[in-house]
Amino acid sequence: MSFILRLNHISKSFGAVLALKDVSLDLGDNEILGLLGDNGAGKSTLVKIISGIFPPDSGSMCVNGETIDFRRYSGARSRRFGIETVHQDHALAEKQPLWRNVFVGRHLKNGLGFIHAAEEKRETLKLLHNVIGLPAEGLDPDLPASVLSGGERQGLAIGRAMYFQSHLIILDEPTTALSLHETEKVLGFIKKIKEAGKACIFISHNIAQVFAVADRCVVMDRGEIVADESKNEMTLESLTKLLISFNRRQEILHV
Amino acid sequence: MYKRPFIALMYHYKMQLAISMLLCIMLVVFILASPDTFLSWSIYESFLSTIPFFAIPAIGMTLVVVCGEMDMCFPSTIAMSGFVFSWLWTATGNSALSIIGALVAGTAIGWTNGLIVVKIGVPSIIATIGTQFFWRGLIMILCSGLAIDLSGIQDSPLHHVFAGRLAGHISSQALWAIGIAVMVGFLLNRHVYGDALRFTGDNTETALKMGVPVGLVRISAFSLMGFFCAISGIIACIEMGSWWPTQGEGYLLLVFASVFIGGTSVFGGEGSVYGTCVGAIIIGIVEAGIISAGLSGFWTRTVYGIIIVVSASLYVVMAKSGRR
Repeated sequence: MSFILRLNHISKSFGAVLALKDVSLDLGDNEILGLLGDNGAGKSTLVKIISGIFPPDSGSMCVNGETIDFRRYSGARSRRFGIETVHQDHALAEKQPLWRNVFVGRHLKNGLGFIHAAEEKRETLKLLHNVIGLPAEGLDPDLPASVLSGGERQGLAIGRAMYFQSHLIILDEPTTALSLHETEKVLGFIKKIKEAGKACIFISHNIAQVFAVADRCVVMDRGEIVADESKNEMTLESLTKLLISFNRRQEILHV
Repeated sequence: MYKRPFIALMYHYKMQLAISMLLCIMLVVFILASPDTFLSWSIYESFLSTIPFFAIPAIGMTLVVVCGEMDMCFPSTIAMSGFVFSWLWTATGNSALSIIGALVAGTAIGWTNGLIVVKIGVPSIIATIGTQFFWRGLIMILCSGLAIDLSGIQDSPLHHVFAGRLAGHISSQALWAIGIAVMVGFLLNRHVYGDALRFTGDNTETALKMGVPVGLVRISAFSLMGFFCAISGIIACIEMGSWWPTQGEGYLLLVFASVFIGGTSVFGGEGSVYGTCVGAIIIGIVEAGIISAGLSGFWTRTVYGIIIVVSASLYVVMAKSGRR
């Protein structure tokens, strides 16, 4: 198995708070990784370093075999390396037509910057049909993004990332505000990432959701990776026990 | 989601349809009220010469409003570019230099507004009210409150290009306004810049995350607005054969009314250049319609007010019903 992402001894602190302590992690190029942990465990700090929001204090990172120079790394550059982060709140602009939301920032255009709208609308229809599973008949790519449900919006953002050949899609708590039915849809979209041969980091609080789709689970606790197990080594019960034991340890330490 | 393409098309262009119908209804009412005036060509000829002065800045304002900003400074931008044009023309007599000077002045004023809003972070409505006073004051200092006579300009080739009459009836400024409207329409609907404006106005966070250079887009919208104000200022000077220190002052209401009647969202993210142009025509014919119907001129503002509030309310209601 080749690796899409390799993190070596990453540390990061904010003032006196040590957010990440010597984190090392390898991610296969078609692996769905569930990243679990309580609030403040360091999940988002880790993801922000991967997607170029800020650099680590020490440690190194390889994307697709290429060592990243953090002085020249940014959000825009991480996208060029094929890493795309999908946020629950800011995935789409609601008033804009679906096709503009798919192609924003990456339009199919001619030399003068004019958009090939007809082609983009056709591609959008395909994407809505193939990834989100909406019926192709009667679907209008000119409708505003607000017609989609919460889960479908995540789906459009995931489909968009796959359309633009992202190698690694990071989902930051994609199901937090969604109903059960919508959550099922999002889990389905994550399975499509696997089928498409891409890698995914799925951050969540919810053990059952992560267990349903992940190939491997990593548990973080106060800036450290405390457990890293592949799916065949664990059951939902063992994973739950593991997480509870860390919460206990935390409580004991706090007392 | 509509299956019949005709209804889908109607739904998609409902704003444009609504505003066009409003214009038709107004024309019918005015024709019935004063057939002598509104069935003769001469009134439309004068509309063609007066409406472009505020229609051109209104087209620029559409872009500014789509990206979620306001420019209250533009009357002073028009006056300042007009002043630079007149001053250069009387001093050098060089047409090209005068025009370029005025365009640079207008664009620079817009660019400064953009910098204050984006780099310092002052809300645009406050920042541009401030700069409006500043530039108007500076103009008064520079011209000592006196108008500039441009007699002779109406015989120069400049007049034919910017304020002539095609076939003796159609004003050049109307052709300029139509040309600008078509260009800006394409820019807003089919160019990546227009797309960037829409996303910036709709959801800045999303725009940023998707790689839209939000700051640059906002600054350039203000700069373009300044550029269009300069064109309007130049044409006004050439048409009138003089520059006057209060130039542009009456346009504040007319421009915002045109934009909002035209269906451009008060909240940013959406806008229609076609709507703005029809809005400008509506605003332009209201006064003539009221006066020729025999009502007092004082009614004009009242009617402006009603039209603005009613159309803005209508669009908000339509936007709500269009969303599920």
